[in-house]
Amino acid sequence: MKTIAQQRVIVSLLMVSGIVAWMTLGVAVNGVMAQTTTEAPPATSAPAPGGTPPTAAPAPPAKIDTGDTAWVLTSSALVLAMTAPGLALFYGGMVREKNALGTIMQSFIILCLISVQWVLWGYSLSFGPDVKGIVGSLAWMGLNGVAMDQPNADYAATIPHQAYMIFQAMFAVITVALISGAYAERMKFSSFLVFSLLWATFIYDPLAHWVWGKGGWIGTNGGLGALDFAGGTVVHISSGVSGLACALVLGRRLGYGKEHMAPHNLPMTVLGASLLWFGWFGFNAGSAVAAGALATSAFVVTNTATAAAALAWMVAEWLYRGKPTVLGAASGAVAGLVAITPASGFVGPLSSIIIGAGAGFFCYVAVIVKSRLGYDDSLDAFGVHGIGGTWGALATGLFASKAINSGGADGLFFGNPGQLWLQFIAVLAAWVLAFVGTFVILKIVDWTMGLRVSNDEEQLGLDLSQHEERAYS
Amino acid sequence: MKKIEAVIKPFKLEDVKDALTEIGVFGMTVTEVRGFGRQKGHKEAYRGTEYTVEFLPKTKIEVVVPDNLAERVVETLIRTAKTGSIGDGKIFVMNLSEVIRIRTGETGDRAL
Repeated sequence: MKTIAQQRVIVSLLMVSGIVAWMTLGVAVNGVMAQTTTEAPPATSAPAPGGTPPTAAPAPPAKIDTGDTAWVLTSSALVLAMTAPGLALFYGGMVREKNALGTIMQSFIILCLISVQWVLWGYSLSFGPDVKGIVGSLAWMGLNGVAMDQPNADYAATIPHQAYMIFQAMFAVITVALISGAYAERMKFSSFLVFSLLWATFIYDPLAHWVWGKGGWIGTNGGLGALDFAGGTVVHISSGVSGLACALVLGRRLGYGKEHMAPHNLPMTVLGASLLWFGWFGFNAGSAVAAGALATSAFVVTNTATAAAALAWMVAEWLYRGKPTVLGAASGAVAGLVAITPASGFVGPLSSIIIGAGAGFFCYVAVIVKSRLGYDDSLDAFGVHGIGGTWGALATGLFASKAINSGGADGLFFGNPGQLWLQFIAVLAAWVLAFVGTFVILKIVDWTMGLRVSNDEEQLGLDLSQHEERAYS
Repeated sequence: MKKIEAVIKPFKLEDVKDALTEIGVFGMTVTEVRGFGRQKGHKEAYRGTEYTVEFLPKTKIEVVVPDNLAERVVETLIRTAKTGSIGDGKIFVMNLSEVIRIRTGETGDRAL
């Protein structure tokens, strides 16, 4: 019944706008006091070389390094380019012509939606003052107390806190966007918006806190000590495994297995993959949150692993099917980027070749197996990000070396088998939160407003049915 | 008058057009089409998924000529569109009852 469906849409939109309004109100109230002033520098911030003078004079302002700040801001823009245009084109080229705009729109509008969510409450839930190791408090809602002229030494001692915040915003954005590969070509736009907002708030934000937040229970910032330099668990396992849940709950596209569903524009996909590679230097090397040796090392291993992975996928496909494909090489590159992400600040160049080659091989096997199992993860969000992320997180426990990063840990091959166990716990926790949480959110959205477009709309394509536009006219 | 339709391999279009112009055919209509005959389709693979593509891209040429030119057109088509392998295409010849030039209202051979 159309009227019931419409009522459901209205009810759920009201629910969401209620949440947004309530949170915005909270932000406004909180922000009154600290909107224009920054907090006094915390006593523990930025230990000055040579020791703090033992006087009662005002603490010296924390030292902001202009080079580090420039690099992190540049990296933030690079990571933005991963989502739009990178991922938008990567996914947009892989769908059928009738869904090209709708798919590009999903990445683009997530960039907008999560950018606002992050400022209002996402950053606070992820990185705000710890609540029992599980989540950040709402104390930093609306960036209340997140200074533009002071560092936060818990996260990055030499750049303004807001620079760190906007860098992290881009991570939240792309993680939510990555999932769209799994439900491509069949999700209703309104439901997609609600799902993305809820997912960012209830899955991404807590998981980012677990791994990276001060006091989060998994990570190295007061937790168990599992390593994740740039987001193997937080970004790739979470998006990939959630993609699997989406593929299972939404079901296959109409005509899956019968109709021709080949990518409509592979040059666009290769352009997107190359932009992802380009932007990923910000993602991984930027995660050093400083412009120096560690960023350089992360840059080098990111490039090396990616190249090795593209070669590995290409060769695996060549041996198995008889032809090396362009889509395979591009997919392999992305798999390599995914896998090196958690390891990028902890491993050396030779290790990165093994991590990359493993990613190309394992992810190719994953997409072959998918076609046997019959679930429709349209653009292989799980096959590339779920499998590649899992391999990368575990490989970090194998190849990490304190010789690369004294602030990290040694892995199994460097005499510390315990690290692999920690990595396993982190992987398991990310899998469970992502799968169960996504399943619950999808069911709630399905009951209230429905997840899929109607059959007629799906046959017509998202471009016309959801947006009344054509990509190519 | 005869209407002659030929479905040919796309890369032969330029040769065919030049040869037809040479023997006095002053216009033609060309369409990109897809179809299949005895030539088998091909396989495509995208990551783990394989598709068999049965409809192959071809080019369809339509020309209308006076009866006395029809045989030469057919000969020329065969000569220029032929590669000798399966999938070279087919020629269809039809009688045509009338042709009208819209600008002048001329009919028959004068309208060609």
